[in-house]
Amino acid sequence: MRSHHHHFAVSTDGPDKNDDVERAKCEGKEMTKEEKQRLRKEKKQQKKSKEKKDDAASQESEKGKKSDGKSSPASQPLPKPTTQKAPSAVPAPAPFPMPASEAPAPADKPAKSKAELKAERRARQEADRASKQGSKKGEVGPQASAGKPKAPPSELQPVVKRLPEHMQVDNPDVLKKLAKKLERQQIPLRLDYGYKVSLFSHLHQYSRKAPLTQQLSIPSTVIHPAIVRLGLQYSQGIVAGSNARSVALLHAFKQVISDYTTPPNEELSRDLVNKLKPYISFLNQCRPLSASMGNAIKYIKKEISNIPSQCKEEEAKRKLLNCIECYINEKIILAAKAIAKYSIEKISDGDVILVYGCSSLVNHILCEAFEKAIKFHVIVVDSRPRLEGREALRRLVQRGISCTYVLISAVSYILPEVSKVFLGAHALLANGYVMSRVGTSQIALVAKAFNVPVLVCCETYKFCDRVQTDSFVSNELDDPDDLIVTRKGKTQLEDWQQVDSLGLLNLVYDVTPPDFVDLVITDLGMIPCTSVPVVLRVKNVDQ
Amino acid sequence: MVTCYNIITIAVNECRTQKLVEYFKAQMRKNPDMASAVAAIRTLLEFLKRDKGETILGLRENLTWATDCLTGVDSSVAVSSGGELFLRFISLTSLEHQVCCLLPWEGVCDLTLAIANLCFSVFQDLSRCKKVMEERGELFLEKISMSRTKVAKLCHTFIKDGTKILTHSYSRVVLRVLEKAAAEKKRFSVYVTESQPDSAGRQMAEALRKLNVPVTVVLDAAVGYVLEKVDLVIIGAEGVVESGLYHKIGTYQMAVCSKAHNKPFYVVAESFKFVRLYPLNQQDVPDKFKYKADTLKTVQNLSEEHPMIDYTPPSLITLLFTDLGVLTPSAVSDELIKLYL
Repeated sequence: MRSHHHHFAVSTDGPDKNDDVERAKCEGKEMTKEEKQRLRKEKKQQKKSKEKKDDAASQESEKGKKSDGKSSPASQPLPKPTTQKAPSAVPAPAPFPMPASEAPAPADKPAKSKAELKAERRARQEADRASKQGSKKGEVGPQASAGKPKAPPSELQPVVKRLPEHMQVDNPDVLKKLAKKLERQQIPLRLDYGYKVSLFSHLHQYSRKAPLTQQLSIPSTVIHPAIVRLGLQYSQGIVAGSNARSVALLHAFKQVISDYTTPPNEELSRDLVNKLKPYISFLNQCRPLSASMGNAIKYIKKEISNIPSQCKEEEAKRKLLNCIECYINEKIILAAKAIAKYSIEKISDGDVILVYGCSSLVNHILCEAFEKAIKFHVIVVDSRPRLEGREALRRLVQRGISCTYVLISAVSYILPEVSKVFLGAHALLANGYVMSRVGTSQIALVAKAFNVPVLVCCETYKFCDRVQTDSFVSNELDDPDDLIVTRKGKTQLEDWQQVDSLGLLNLVYDVTPPDFVDLVITDLGMIPCTSVPVVLRVKNVDQ
Repeated sequence: MVTCYNIITIAVNECRTQKLVEYFKAQMRKNPDMASAVAAIRTLLEFLKRDKGETILGLRENLTWATDCLTGVDSSVAVSSGGELFLRFISLTSLEHQVCCLLPWEGVCDLTLAIANLCFSVFQDLSRCKKVMEERGELFLEKISMSRTKVAKLCHTFIKDGTKILTHSYSRVVLRVLEKAAAEKKRFSVYVTESQPDSAGRQMAEALRKLNVPVTVVLDAAVGYVLEKVDLVIIGAEGVVESGLYHKIGTYQMAVCSKAHNKPFYVVAESFKFVRLYPLNQQDVPDKFKYKADTLKTVQNLSEEHPMIDYTPPSLITLLFTDLGVLTPSAVSDELIKLYL
C-alpha cells in the first residue's frame, strides 16, 4: 500500500512528515488550504489507484489534525477495514456495520464545508476514509455498474440535497446517497446484474434469481412480513399489472396499519408515516414503484398526517382502514365500472377490436360489452418475453368471446381488418403522453398509419405530474435472462455474459405521443389526450 | 280507467307540445337572423315562466321534456346543446361554488337536482326558487345574444385587405363576421359553395351581395380547383364536439383539401354550440343530427337518405373563434370540461 507513495510530489517520508505537522500547528488554516489545492491538483494529474488514495488520506489525516495524538490512531484503523473487507467478496450484511459509521460523513462533510474549518478537516478525513473503503468494496464486489472507481467527493463539490426524480444509477454520488439512505433504514441494497446497454445505463437492472429477501437477516424487525411477502411477489413477477400491484400494496398497508401500535411519547400521524418510509424503500428496491402506486402512497400519507392528534389509536386505525377501502373502491372498482359504461358506447355490432397484452381494465370492458350482447370480434396481440396476451386470451375465451391471437410482428398484416384499437395504460403523463407496456407505442403508430382509431382506457388515479417525451429517461429494465429462450434443446444466448460486446435489453415500458391516441376514456368521461393537465388541475383543486 | 288516464295525459301532452312548438316557430319567424338555439332557449325560458309545477323534480322533468320536444322539431346539434347548457346554467346558482365536485356526465343530472334542492331549501319557497332560475335564464339569454358580436370582433382582424375567402353553405355567424370586416372598410372577395342538397350557398351569396362584397358561387365539386386562389377558409359550425366539428355536408372534404394546400381553416362558433360528444369517425355521428327531424319521422330506410351533417376531425382545423376566445382544437375540450363541470 505504502509502496506507491513515491509518485507523490508531497513526500510522506518521516522527517518531512514531522515538518509538515509542525507547520500545520503553526499556520493552521493556510496550511490546509494549500493542502487542499495540492490534493486537487494531484487528483487531476494522475489517475489514482486505490493505494494512492490511501496514502493521500492517511497523509491528510496525519497533517490535517491539529493534535499529534490523533494522527496515529487515524492511520491505524485504515489498514484494518481493508483486510476485513477482502474476504467478504459477496455483499452481505457484514460490511454494513463498518461503513455505517463512515457513511454519514459524506453528507455531513459538504454541509459543514461552510462552517468551522476544524470540523471541515475532520469531515474531509472521514470522507476520504469512507471513499477509500467504498472503492475497496467496488473492487471486490461483483462486476456491476459500480465498476467505475468511486472518486472521493471533492470537498467543495455541492452534494445533491435530495434524490432526483429520475434514476441516475451510473452517477456514483447518487448511488452513494441511496446506499446511505437504505442503510439508515436498514434495508439491503440490491445490486445490478449484467452488462447494461449504454443508453439505459442510468437505470437499475436486477436479476430475478437474486431477490432482495435473500439479503435480509432473519428475523427482520424493521420490515413487516406482509411487506416482505409483497416485495417478493413483485420481484418474482407473481403480482404484475398496474392495478393488481396497487391493490396488493394497499392491502399490505392495511395489514401494517392494523398491526401497528403507537410507541409511547409519539404521535400516530407522524410516527406511522416514518414507519412506512423503509417499507416503501424496500418495495422500491424489489421492483421500482409504478405511478399508480406512487399516487396511492401519497394519498395514504396525506390521510395519515391528517389524523388529528387527539384521536384515539383504535379509532384512528379504523378510520385509516376505512379510507383505504374507500380509495380502492372508488378509484379502482367503481372507476372500472364507469369506464366500461363509456366504452360500451364506442363498441358497436360488427366491430373488430384489437387489444395488446393483458390489461385488467380492457378485459373488463370487453367482458361487459359481451354481456350487453354486442357482437364483436377481438384480436389479441402479444409479444415476448412476457407473453401476457395469453392470459388475456384465456380470460376472454372463457367468457365466450371470439378471439384471434397474433404476435406483434404481424400487426401491420391484420390492421386493415381492425375497426378500433383498445389499449390499457400504466400511467398518463402531464403532457398527454401515455406510458404503457413496451410495444404499445408501436401499435398506436401502425394504427395511425392505417387510420384506425386508438382508444386508451385509464383510471384517473394513474394520472401523474411527470413530463416525459421519450422512453429513455425513465423506464424499467427487467431481467435480461428472460430473453434467453431454449428451442429444440438449443439455448442460443446462454453465454451472453461472456461476449463483451453483447448486451441484452429487456425494456418494460414505453411512451406513446398524444398524436397517435384519439381518445382517452377515464372515469370522468371521454377526453382527448391533451386534456390530462386540466383533469390534474381540477383534481388538485378538489383535494 | 288506466287507458282513460293515458289518453288524457297524451292529449294534455299533445296540447302542450303544440303550444311549445308554436311559440318556438313564432320566435324563429320574428327574428330570422337569430340562431335556432337562441330561439329554443327563449322558448324554454317562457316555458319555465308558465310552468305550474309544484316540485323541483317536476320542474326539471318538464324542462327536459321541453328540450326533447324542441329537438324533435329542429334537429340541430345547437338546439340540444343549447338546451342542456340552459338547464345547467339556471340550476347552478352561486351555491355550487362550495359544492363543486367532479362528476361523470350522468351524475350531472343528480348534481342539478341536488343544487336545485339546496337552493330550494335555502329559499324555502318554490316560487322564489323559480324566480332565481328565471333571472339566471334571462342572464344566460343575454349572454348568448351577445356571443355573435363577440365572435365577429375576434375574427374580423384575421381578414386583411385583398384577402380571398372561401366559405361553405349559409352560416349567420360567418355572415356577421364578414359584415364586421366590411364595416371596417376592408376589401375582400368571397367564394361560396353552392352546398347541395338545399342550395343554401345561394342564400349566402345574396346576403353578401347586399353588403357590396364581390362574391362568386362555386360548385361543391370545385372546392379543390378554387383553393389555390383563396387565402383562407372560414366556416361556421352546427356543433362543436370534443374531437372536432359538425357542419353541413361537404365541410370535411373542404378541410382535407385546405390541409393539402396548407391554407388556414378557421371555424367560427358560439359557445352554446359546444357539446360533450366524442365521435371517432363519420359513422359515429348520431342519426338524430345527420338527418332533418321530419325525415327521421317519416322515412323508414335511412340508408337511402342523404345526410346533412358531416364530421371534421380536429387535426384539420387551424383555429376556432368563439365568444370564449380564440381556441385551438385541443383547447375546446378544456373549455368543455369547464363548461360542463
